[in-house]
Amino acid sequence: MNGAAKKGPGRFPDYGTFQLTALVSLRMLIGWHFLYEGVAKLSNPYWTSAGYLTESQGWFSEWFINLSNNPGALAVADNLNQWGLLLIGLALLVGVFSRTAAVAGIVALALYYLAVPPFPGMEYAMPTEGSYLIVNKILIELAALLVILGYPTAHRIGLDRLLFRKRYAETA
Amino acid sequence: MSDEIKKEQEGQNPTSSPEHQEDSTPGANPSRRDVLKALASVPVLGVFFVCWYQKKLDAEAKRAAIMSELGIGEGAPAVIPNAVSRSPGNRIRLGIIGNGGEGEALVRSAGFAHPEWVENSRSAAERNPRNRGYATFMQQDDLNVDLVAVCDVFDVRAQRGLDASTNKIGPTAENSTVGATRFLRYTDMLESPDVDAVLIATPDHWHSQMCIDAVAAGKHIYVEKAMTRTEEDTHRMYDAVKNSDIVFQLGHQQRQTESHIKAREVVDAGILGPITLVETTTNRNDPWGAWVWDIHEEGNENTIDWDQFHGPAPGTLPFDADRFFRWRKYFDYGTGLSGDLFSHEYDAINQILDLGIPKTAVSSGGIYHFKDGRDVPDTWQAVLEYPERDLTLVYSATLWNGHWRGRVFMGHDATMEVDNGLTIRAEGSSTRYEEKIDEGIIDTSRPMFTFQPGFIGLDALTSATAEYFARRGLLYTYRGGKLVNAYHLHIAEWLDVIRNGGDTSCNIERGFEEAISCHMATRSYQEKRQVEWDPVARRIV
Repeated sequence: MNGAAKKGPGRFPDYGTFQLTALVSLRMLIGWHFLYEGVAKLSNPYWTSAGYLTESQGWFSEWFINLSNNPGALAVADNLNQWGLLLIGLALLVGVFSRTAAVAGIVALALYYLAVPPFPGMEYAMPTEGSYLIVNKILIELAALLVILGYPTAHRIGLDRLLFRKRYAETA
Repeated sequence: MSDEIKKEQEGQNPTSSPEHQEDSTPGANPSRRDVLKALASVPVLGVFFVCWYQKKLDAEAKRAAIMSELGIGEGAPAVIPNAVSRSPGNRIRLGIIGNGGEGEALVRSAGFAHPEWVENSRSAAERNPRNRGYATFMQQDDLNVDLVAVCDVFDVRAQRGLDASTNKIGPTAENSTVGATRFLRYTDMLESPDVDAVLIATPDHWHSQMCIDAVAAGKHIYVEKAMTRTEEDTHRMYDAVKNSDIVFQLGHQQRQTESHIKAREVVDAGILGPITLVETTTNRNDPWGAWVWDIHEEGNENTIDWDQFHGPAPGTLPFDADRFFRWRKYFDYGTGLSGDLFSHEYDAINQILDLGIPKTAVSSGGIYHFKDGRDVPDTWQAVLEYPERDLTLVYSATLWNGHWRGRVFMGHDATMEVDNGLTIRAEGSSTRYEEKIDEGIIDTSRPMFTFQPGFIGLDALTSATAEYFARRGLLYTYRGGKLVNAYHLHIAEWLDVIRNGGDTSCNIERGFEEAISCHMATRSYQEKRQVEWDPVARRIV
């Protein structure tokens, strides 16, 4: 066995029962959340990200608004959102390709955050619940996905367990 | 020491951890424990789908209950008249009479933009990506027209018309190989065999005569609102157009708005119940909105044909730049709020309700802020009675406050607000919806139904955020994936009828109704009395 300690995601730390429960719960809850977001958008024939995009303020607002003005690009963005959220959610929930899913989720949330960042001087008329200053729930979920990425659990509770075993077998 | 390091290292090795040692060895088939742990989340997925399905069923049931009650579709209006323009057919040669602010806008909506406008709107869009003027222009349909003739009494504006005709930017202009000729007198333009159809955007006092002359010359007409300045003008013009073959369109471009067509569907389906009051409004709060327009530095007796401008207006007057550039302030040339803004509102209501001419009209108002020598009121209210329809139409306007009040249709069962979209709220005391309100299917604190073209459906089931976006009408300018402008659609419809037959949405009959209704209100103000319409004699009395 190669005993060299490898750091970073992909190396599997040892979890106690409580830790495992907490991490798996976090992964599955985020998975469910993404899955429902994707499914809800897909089942609404009128859903489009255009409204959210035109609200954009801040450093990248021009890019986001231009995206909403261009019907072709907007259609692509809408599809990526709907299916992306669904697939990321499914992947996290059942624990398959969980590393890829976590990275994709982080990218998605980063875009959502950067489009409408809650900074001083930025007022949005769009209704939201809660009061946010720089830190909002998108940012927190993004950080939670970083934890998922750093402390993988799908190889223990998840379909990756079946896939992982084969992969590990080849490198043995 | 090395033992400890080894243990540490072994501790990080998954295969040596106690947990994994209980499972099968690497490479072997997965044990039952493996499979169980791998599929641990599948039951969770199952719960997800059961819950989601249940939610969907609930939502569908609610939607079905409400939609069967309303009896109309959620989507775009079933039929948008002339929405799909058929193949362009023959090329039509246009002339513009009156190339001022509105005239240029019409010419641009027909496909020809002044280079200065192109430059300004392009840089405006660059500075502010939300500004869609340039994009809307560049995404127009090619209308297959040429701008061949320009007539304006002001040299500067005539020149701008010529420059627009040769500016080959835009889907229509880039396929146009001819430029326009200037005509000093509009009658000369009408005599020209090179002109098929004219856009008339002069001050109101000229509309009637120009249309009569255009009919005599066999030219198709698109004339700006208000249709006429006086009742007398209206009758003469109506008779001429009615007895001719030319295609006539009155410039109420809001007839192309999808929400108006949808609103008609709503009214026809009886969703609002009996309507007793319709309220429509104008609120503006700056000098520009009160027609205090710029006086061009080059505008003087030498560059403006004053006699031709004043034309059929009463009496003779010396050159007056204020009267030329700000003609809307004077009853000699227009009718103030009545013909400029009430006419649009009236036509929108007429489109939705088929009201026609009222039985009586009363109006009052005054010059309460713009005491600048004008003779039209800047605050003005008009009440039109339709006893045969059991309803009243109220128009309320001020030019010194900008609060948005919109258009409201008040029915016993529901209230409808119409702008670029429409919103319907059920009435708490509704007879028609009583059952559904009691069952909690209809929530009277929120809209029962909203329509935004191409955007949103049943509002009772959508989130507050979606409602917010819908009301702001962020996507209203998309139709068929393209940005569209109502003027462009209105002109396109007119051209389509010229080529392919049929009728325009704002034809001479609708124009007659608009003109008489507005004149009734204007006369009431001027004569300080209630006026009536005599449908037999066809006169305002």
